[in-house]
Amino acid sequence: MTAPAAPSVAAATTAFERLRAGDPAALARALTVLETDGAEADALRRRLHALVGSAVVVGVTGPPGVGKSTLVDAYVEALRRRRRTVAVLAVDPSSPLTGGAVLGDRTRMGQHTSDTGVFVRSIASRGHVGGLALSVPAMLDAVDVAGFDDIVVEAVGAGQSEVEISRFADVTVVVGAPGLGDDVQAIKAGILEVADVLVVNKGDLPLADQTAEHLRSMLRLRSTDRVPDVLTVSATERRGIDELVDAVAAAGRDRGEPGAGPRRRATELLRQRALAEVERRLAGDGLAGAALADLGAAVHRGEISLADATEAVLTRCAAIRPSQPADDGGDEPSGRDQR
Amino acid sequence: MNETSSPPAPTALDAAPLRVLVTKIGLDGHDRGSRLVAAFLRDAGHEVIYTPPWQQVADVVTLAVQEDVDVIGVSSLATDHLIVPDLMDALRAAGLGHVAVVVGGIVPEQELPPLLEAGVRAVFGPGSSRDEIVGAVATWGVEARTAKLADGGFAR
Ligand SMILES: Nc1nc2c(ncn2[C@@H]2O[C@H](COP(=O)(O)OP(=O)(O)OP(=O)(O)O)[C@@H](O)[C@H]2O)c(=O)[nH]1
Ligand SMILES: [Mg+2]
Repeated sequence: MTAPAAPSVAAATTAFERLRAGDPAALARALTVLETDGAEADALRRRLHALVGSAVVVGVTGPPGVGKSTLVDAYVEALRRRRRTVAVLAVDPSSPLTGGAVLGDRTRMGQHTSDTGVFVRSIASRGHVGGLALSVPAMLDAVDVAGFDDIVVEAVGAGQSEVEISRFADVTVVVGAPGLGDDVQAIKAGILEVADVLVVNKGDLPLADQTAEHLRSMLRLRSTDRVPDVLTVSATERRGIDELVDAVAAAGRDRGEPGAGPRRRATELLRQRALAEVERRLAGDGLAGAALADLGAAVHRGEISLADATEAVLTRCAAIRPSQPADDGGDEPSGRDQR
Repeated sequence: MNETSSPPAPTALDAAPLRVLVTKIGLDGHDRGSRLVAAFLRDAGHEVIYTPPWQQVADVVTLAVQEDVDVIGVSSLATDHLIVPDLMDALRAAGLGHVAVVVGGIVPEQELPPLLEAGVRAVFGPGSSRDEIVGAVATWGVEARTAKLADGGFAR
């Protein structure tokens, strides 16, 4: 790709130029725009897609409290020693009841606040079931275009988010800790399948090596050719961190041709969007919602097969134009711009 | 509570949660108050970025920039509020003049005017109710966000 060189912050006149020049305020505002997802987000996404390409995206996930944020802090420190600029997107769940959230991951990364080579953004999942926020892949594009060498996405693993993160990250690091959550749970959640690198953190505690050995033996039982590294580290004591950086770099090299990452991000954005849109159209008592209830009753009476009813529901969903509110059966345009 | 002017009513544009930085600058380390406020702002549906006490003014500005917050809540139980005018200057210098800054805690009567003159939107004393604080944060926060998103700069 032959994109024109990014201008300097001083020479930049528009918000987008400032973003390309790596101005943190412009990047921060772009992330808000993408997260808020109005008409401006649509315009911004298109401009970003034309310029993305060089950042390495590492997903860090695992159960609550295993030390992900502390590990990210140490990892960022190691990358800075290698003169790489790093952005961290730390995702925490929103309360399903109130929509609110306390975003505390970055409190573990306080040492980097005064370092202009590090940018940290706290993100709430905003009701997205997978545990990640819907807009994260688009936000990665913005950080990429702002010129960061590496991007780390931290998200709590809740079974689904590991899988989601692995769909768009260049390298997925799954973090565990000794004695936290039994191993059977890990297998059930499918965590091992998505990991490019497995980390047993809190290696300073007893049983860490035993946990790592257990994971290795489970991995040997699987019938895949790509066996992830299992590393024992201690985030608090800064042990094994350089090995982790090397393991991530090696896993990234295995991950295919240039441009693949941004394409995966766009695909994941589309997938999540499509799923959310179907969900939205089925919710409430609009046309699709009514069809869902009617067809559900017909399935219950044995009048139609589940497969046929599913097709009928999806057809109903497809017939709704996006400018039409889900709860509006009428034909008149709604006036709201929802492109 | 003390106000300097009355903000416009919230609009439908602003259904998304507000982003609020809850922090403590200065030397006092008593953070029970700020933890409590963080929790009830979360329960009111906002996204709270919480920091430990002892933040430097420059670090608060960096956090506010990166997190693109709409509101900053500063807890002050001793003399921390005396640093708030410096924070206001630093925020304006960083282009964050739209961010609504509120102070909560113990501020002697005679030390209120300098805070309000520096642009602090509200000061909540020990008698303030939860509803008062939540309501003010919502009102000022929506105003701040409307201001920051008004230019639609990335579409141009
Ligand atoms: N002993 C030991 N404790 C650690 C280590 N890494 C993190 N911890 C501690 O584990 C606790 C949780 O650390 P975090 O980094 O917040 O864990 P997290 O996985 O990010 O937590 P959530 O984001 O809430 O899921 C803290 O008390 C850390 O100090 C480690 O290597 N060894
Ligand atoms: Mg964390």
